[in-house]
Amino acid sequence: MYVQEVKTASLGDRPVPVVVEDPARLAAFEARVAADEFVEPKDWMPEAYRKTLIRQISQHAHSEIVGMLPEGNWIGRAPTLRRKAILLAKVQDEAGHGLYLYCAAETLGVSRDQMTQALLAGKAKYSTIFNYPTLTWADMGTIGWLVDGAAIMNQVPLQRTSYGPYARAMVRVCKEESFHQRQGYEAVMVLAAGTPEQKAMAQDALDRWWWPSLMMFGPPDDQSPNSAQSMRWRIKRDTNDELRQKFVDITVPQAEALGLKIPDPDLRWNEEKGGYDFGTPDWDEFFAVVSGEGPMAHERLTARREAWDNGAWVRDAAMAHADKRTARVAA
Amino acid sequence: MSDQHLQARVASIIALGDDALVLGQRIGEWCGHAPTLELDLSLANLGLDLIGQATLFLNYAGELEGQGRNGDALAFRRDVYDFRNCLLVEQPNGDFGRTIVRQLLFSAYQRLLFESLAKSADSRLAEIAAKAVKEVSYHERLAADWVVRLGDGTEESHNRAKDGLAWNWRFVDELFAVDPAEAELLTAGLMVDRNALRAPWDRIIGTVLSDATLQIPPPVRGVVGGRTGRHSEHLGHMLSEMQFLQRAYPGASW
Repeated sequence: MYVQEVKTASLGDRPVPVVVEDPARLAAFEARVAADEFVEPKDWMPEAYRKTLIRQISQHAHSEIVGMLPEGNWIGRAPTLRRKAILLAKVQDEAGHGLYLYCAAETLGVSRDQMTQALLAGKAKYSTIFNYPTLTWADMGTIGWLVDGAAIMNQVPLQRTSYGPYARAMVRVCKEESFHQRQGYEAVMVLAAGTPEQKAMAQDALDRWWWPSLMMFGPPDDQSPNSAQSMRWRIKRDTNDELRQKFVDITVPQAEALGLKIPDPDLRWNEEKGGYDFGTPDWDEFFAVVSGEGPMAHERLTARREAWDNGAWVRDAAMAHADKRTARVAA
Repeated sequence: MSDQHLQARVASIIALGDDALVLGQRIGEWCGHAPTLELDLSLANLGLDLIGQATLFLNYAGELEGQGRNGDALAFRRDVYDFRNCLLVEQPNGDFGRTIVRQLLFSAYQRLLFESLAKSADSRLAEIAAKAVKEVSYHERLAADWVVRLGDGTEESHNRAKDGLAWNWRFVDELFAVDPAEAELLTAGLMVDRNALRAPWDRIIGTVLSDATLQIPPPVRGVVGGRTGRHSEHLGHMLSEMQFLQRAYPGASW
């Protein structure tokens, strides 16, 4: 899963001396990127490009890791053996995504430990969507359908993002997200065609997840100051509003096919633009959640801190044992 | 096949399924909370393998029983006294030390069991075991590696591994106990004589613990009961979580 890059005081924003780039190198870099060439770890790159990427990739990685929690919340309660296996496999995929995204970020000169510390200290951001609670089983299907659906919309263009390791990580991530989206939709389909209680459960989940899903594309273009730079550097390939429109256009017919109602009184087809008009998400809520005020924000970070702290002795043991083995081989 | 014989066969297969299901459910509790990202991935693998095994065993038991129950009916609509898993697998996870010691004790047993079961006269059971033994060999290796790391790591990890061993050791004897109802199945070559697995198991565990600089705990009176439905208090809580949706919405499909 994925959050649109939001400017924050995270790793890339530590006070650093102002870097004045060599104009010739900068021009050559800009030309390469404009020609859609991939930038590789050992290539020269402007500091601002490196910092933006570290911020974006680490936010993406953190989103995968924190994203394990709301879904992990239902592994123990999955209603059938098949659903339990699917959910466990899906959450495991997210751990895998986190792992190779951290690896991609490490090629830019930041360590996984540094990124983890930034997350645990509350300095790094992750997708706002994971600060909402998962209340019923229908949330599992709905997250797959909407949240992974929105993530794919964001990530497919990133397979052509200018930084090679990130683009390549995205190829695999997209394949798995696409499976997640389909299994989610299938799970909601079963509920929508199930008992009246199950259908009500599915509608309730759609009511709660719709607006947070639209917010996953980030603030409106006129409030997204970093977008232009990121587009020029091919870190980003479509604007937030373009992607949001695409998501709505694809998702509305899917909801109709399920017999579920999108909770937006302003939603209507606009023949002229060939897309849907829709209401405005509550951006005050978005910015509040970004700054750590989501209903489950405290719980999510606490869970990550506890996992990290409770696991410290295990990681120490692994290091100590490796040292002992090395010493024994040397002796 | 007499009714009694059929019942014994079904019960023994349900026990295989319940072991995998209950341990899979426990391992699933770690998801998102493991000490490292790599361990999160490994533990999820174990959980997935175990849930897969449970599905195969329980579906087969249901078919053999012929009462219209499938794996889901068996997993989600039985009460505590009908579960046939051993007490070891229902033990709470505790810290990672206790979890991984439990895994070693169980996976070493399960690997030996499945190696024999792969030769069962019951071809369906043999096929499931032959597939599962590959998975379980990996579980055993992973658990053994970590028990060695913890035992021969820091003072704290050594003590935690030791505590984990002390917690779980009471439940070892039950793994190898043979239910008298299974006697006929053993004669027919359908099921494995668990008693015969004890000596090789002791050797395996002895080697791992020695590498881990841990002592084999002194003999304790084994706590038994799981195979006859007399469980610890922990299982009921697990079932109340696991079976919630099937109980709250009877008759619904998911």
